[in-house]
Amino acid sequence: MEGREILLPRAIFQKILDHCRSLRPEEACGLVAADGSGRPVAVLPVTNSLHSPVRYQMDPREQFDAMKRIRREGWSLFAIFHSHPLSEPAPSPTDIRQAFYPEAYMIIVGLEKEPAVARGFVVQEGEVAERLLRVVEDPLP
Amino acid sequence: MSVVVRIPTPLRKLTGNQGEVREEGKTVREILDGLESHYPGIRERLTDEAGELRRFINIYLNEEDIRFAEGLDTTVKAGDEVSIIPAIAGGSR
Ligand SMILES: [Zn+2]
Repeated sequence: MEGREILLPRAIFQKILDHCRSLRPEEACGLVAADGSGRPVAVLPVTNSLHSPVRYQMDPREQFDAMKRIRREGWSLFAIFHSHPLSEPAPSPTDIRQAFYPEAYMIIVGLEKEPAVARGFVVQEGEVAERLLRVVEDPLP
Repeated sequence: MSVVVRIPTPLRKLTGNQGEVREEGKTVREILDGLESHYPGIRERLTDEAGELRRFINIYLNEEDIRFAEGLDTTVKAGDEVSIIPAIAGGSR
């Protein structure tokens, strides 16, 4: 949670966006994992078991499996993302009340208008702070 | 029966920042009793007034969600791993 910016490699950002768009008008959700140096390396989409345009809950089994995979790979939980198909990408009171992973950024993708807008937040004990979400071009091999 | 219990980040304030603790018990309920005796205040984060698992808390015994077994009465054996996993949920309303 150091620093004021969330740096997302373009490929990671694109995967998040593609997943959220593909499920519109339902809210979509998933996890972003970082490697040992804290660099986001994988997007793990998880089914929204509510299949709702205004609410989401990760399928518990898939969530468990995704988190286990993160642990097994030696990754860490970098961010939890979900979409707002019909509203601004800002945490709702429900999002804040149900945020149980203070160590992970909350990334919200707003699909209300094109282009889609993604914003990042830190939510800790009911306090919300926005972090500038910056997409960085993938480093050359 | 000593089992490993995985503690999620928001509850580690109660376990002295430990992500894994050991507890004794024959069922998940007894494991939670053990947790409460060592880390007072933790149980109310996991179960409601009726003693049932809170809606946004999932508990896994090894690979299985205890809701699909015997719930809090699911029996545990030495070497098992109990994972406490808060749900990830929200909504734009
Ligand atoms: Zn939301």
